[in-house]
Amino acid sequence: MVRPPRSAGARRRNLPCRLGAPPGQTMSARERILGRLAAARRDDTPVAARVENPVRGPATPHCSDPASRFTERARQLASTVARVADFSAVPAEVARYLDAEGLPRRLAAWPEFAKLAWQAVGIEAVFRPAGADDPVGLTGVFAAICETGTLMVTSGEGTPATTSLLPETHIAVVPVQRLVPTLEDAFALLRREAAIWPRAVNLISGPSRTADIEQTVTLGAHGPYRVHIILVGP
Amino acid sequence: MEVKAVEFVRKAHEALHNPRLQEALRRTEAKFVQGRREALRHLEDPDAVRRHATAIRDTVLRQLDAWLIHFERQAQARGATVHWAEDGREVARILTDIARRHGVRKAVKSKSMVSEEVGLNAALEAAGVQVVETDLGEYILQLAEEPPSHIVAPVLHKTRDEIADLFARHHGRPRKTDTAALTREAREFLRPHFLSADMGISGANFLVAETGSVLIVTNEGNGRLATTLPRVHVAITGIEKVVPTLEDAATLLRLLPRSATGQDITNYVSLLTGTKQAGDADGPEHFHIILLDNGRSRLLGSELEPILRCIRCGACMNHCPVYQSVGGHAYGWVYPGPMGSILTPLLAGLERATPLPNASTLCGRCAEVCPVNIPLADLLRELRHVQQVRGLRPRLETLSLRLWRALVLRPRLYHAVMGMAAWLLTRLAGARGRLCRLPGAAGWFAHRDLPAPAGETFLAAWARRRGKP
Ligand code: SF4
Repeated sequence: MVRPPRSAGARRRNLPCRLGAPPGQTMSARERILGRLAAARRDDTPVAARVENPVRGPATPHCSDPASRFTERARQLASTVARVADFSAVPAEVARYLDAEGLPRRLAAWPEFAKLAWQAVGIEAVFRPAGADDPVGLTGVFAAICETGTLMVTSGEGTPATTSLLPETHIAVVPVQRLVPTLEDAFALLRREAAIWPRAVNLISGPSRTADIEQTVTLGAHGPYRVHIILVGP
Repeated sequence: MEVKAVEFVRKAHEALHNPRLQEALRRTEAKFVQGRREALRHLEDPDAVRRHATAIRDTVLRQLDAWLIHFERQAQARGATVHWAEDGREVARILTDIARRHGVRKAVKSKSMVSEEVGLNAALEAAGVQVVETDLGEYILQLAEEPPSHIVAPVLHKTRDEIADLFARHHGRPRKTDTAALTREAREFLRPHFLSADMGISGANFLVAETGSVLIVTNEGNGRLATTLPRVHVAITGIEKVVPTLEDAATLLRLLPRSATGQDITNYVSLLTGTKQAGDADGPEHFHIILLDNGRSRLLGSELEPILRCIRCGACMNHCPVYQSVGGHAYGWVYPGPMGSILTPLLAGLERATPLPNASTLCGRCAEVCPVNIPLADLLRELRHVQQVRGLRPRLETLSLRLWRALVLRPRLYHAVMGMAAWLLTRLAGARGRLCRLPGAAGWFAHRDLPAPAGETFLAAWARRRGKP
C-alpha cells in the first residue's frame, strides 16, 4: 500500500512523560527510555489482569494415548525410549542400556534414586551433582510433554541441572503420570506445584546437536550425545 | 560490529562471483525453506498460531513501558539486577563494571545478536576480560575473525574444508574433515573454558514478564552451560523482547524454531529466573539483565513499529531471493536480509545504510513467511519514501523522479511525450519488433530484449475507438 508523506513522529500521542526526573537532576537511562515508551503508549489496561488470567493460544489437540504419542515424538528427536512397569525395574533397564551402548556401569544420579537396588545389577551409583568426568547422568523429570517429546526438568535442592548437561549420556526416568499434552499444561502444573518458581526450568528435546557446519545435523555438541528415557508405569 | 551497509553493491558483486558462497547459499535455501514448510504442517492451524503470536507481540508494544516495569519488578524479586542502556557505549560500561565488581577474568558467551550489535567483545577485551564464543558457529567465526552472515546459522558461508583448516591452525591437532570429529574437537577445546569462566553472557529470545525470567533457545547446550556453571550470568537483550505470560511464550515457541530451522522445538529451551537459591545445587550467584534501547523506543507508534514484533527467526532471509543470491555479509551489519534491511537503517542510521531498503525486489515472500506477520515489503517501501524525503537518494535518481512526476501531473504533455516515445521505440525496434539495445541501459539489455510497443499508446487507441460510434 502506498501512503502519503508524513513525519515519523506524527502519529505519536503526546502523553506527558510520567517518569521524568525532578528538575535539576539528570535522568537515568531507565527514566529516559521508559519516558519515551510511556509517551508512545496506546493502552492503559493494567498488565496484571493478563498475568492473572493468562490467555492460551491455539495448540495441538489433546491426545488419547499419551505414552505412545510421547514415545513417538521423543524417538523423532533421536532420544531412545524404554518402558518398565515400576521403579524397581529401573536399575535393570539402566544396566541393559549401558551394556548395549558399551558404556561403563557408573553414573551420577539425583538423590531421589538412592533407594533403588543399583548394586544388585552391578552399577556403581553416586548421588551428587554430575561433574564433567561422569560418563552418565541419571535424572527424573518434573513433567514430560507429549506434543513434542520434551522433558521438563527443574533445578533445585535434589535436582541439579548439571546432571542432565555435563555427562555424555543422560538417562531420564519419566513416570507416565507426569505426561502432559502441551507446554502450557506443563507450566500450569508447575504453577500449581512449585512453592517457589525454580531458578532454571529446562526443556530438553533429545541429545544436543548442531548444524553449523554445512547445515549437516551432528548429534552431541556441548550437551549429551545420548538421551535415554525410561517410562515408568503400567 | 562496524556498519558497512553502504558497501552493499560492491559486496553483493563479490558475493555473486564467489562460487563457494553460491553453493553454500543454495544448500541453505533448500534446507531452510523445505524445513520450515514441513514443520509448520505439524501444527493443526499454523495461521491461527501466527495470528495469535502477532496479537501477543502487539499487546506488548501497545504498552511496552508497563510490561517492562512488570518484568523488572518480578526479576528483582528473584534476585536479578536489571540495568537499562541507551546504546552500545552504555552496555559496554555496565558490563565492564559488572566484570570489575565480580573480579571476572574470563567470560563464555552464548550466541547473542545484541552483543554483535553493540560490539561487546572488543569492549570486554579492552577491559582485560578474555571472551570465548561457545556457539560452534560463533566460535568458528571468532577463530576466523569474521562477523556472522546469518542470525540463526552464523557460519553458513564457510565450507567444511575451510573450517578444517582453521581448526588445524588454531588447535594444533591433526587436520580432520569429518563434521562429527570437528564438532567433538570444538567441544573438547571449549569444555575447559565453561568450567573455568567466571562469567556467562547470553542473549534472551524472550523475557517473560509474569515470572521475570529470561528465556533462551539453543540446540547445542552451550547456552545452558554458560548460564549454569559460571558464578555470574549476564543476559543482554533489546527492550522489545518482553512477552506477558508463560502461555504467550509457549505460543511463540511453537513458531520460532519451526520458522528458523524447521524443528518443532529446539533441543534446549531454558527459562532462567533469578539467582541460585538456598539449597540449589547449581546456578549463578549473580544474575544481571541488561535491557538495550539503541533506537528501538523511537520506533514505537511510528509507521515502522511492526519491525519490533520480530522474533529473529531468520525465515525472511531464508526465503528472500536477494539474500539467497548475495548472502549475509553483503548487508554489512549484524542483521541481514529483509529484516536487516529495515533494522540496520533504523538502528544504525538511515544515511549509513542507504542501499539496503533498495536491495529488495519487493516480491513479498518475506512478509508471507514471517511468523508474526510483519509487513516487511511495506516497511521497506516506507523507508525508501523516508530516504527520498530526507534527500538521501542520488541526485540523478531524484531528478529523474521529479521529471517523471512533472510529466504525469500534466496529462496533455504526458500523452504527447508517450505518443512520441511509442513511435520512436517502434521505429528503433524495426521489423523484428524487439529492442535489443538502448543508450544508457546496456546492463539491462545484456540478458534480455524488450518487446517494442504496438504502435500507438493505449490512451490513443482508446480515444480513437471511443471516437467511433
Ligand atoms: S522479520 Fe519475521 S521472518 Fe524475519 S526474522 Fe523477524 S520474525 Fe523472522
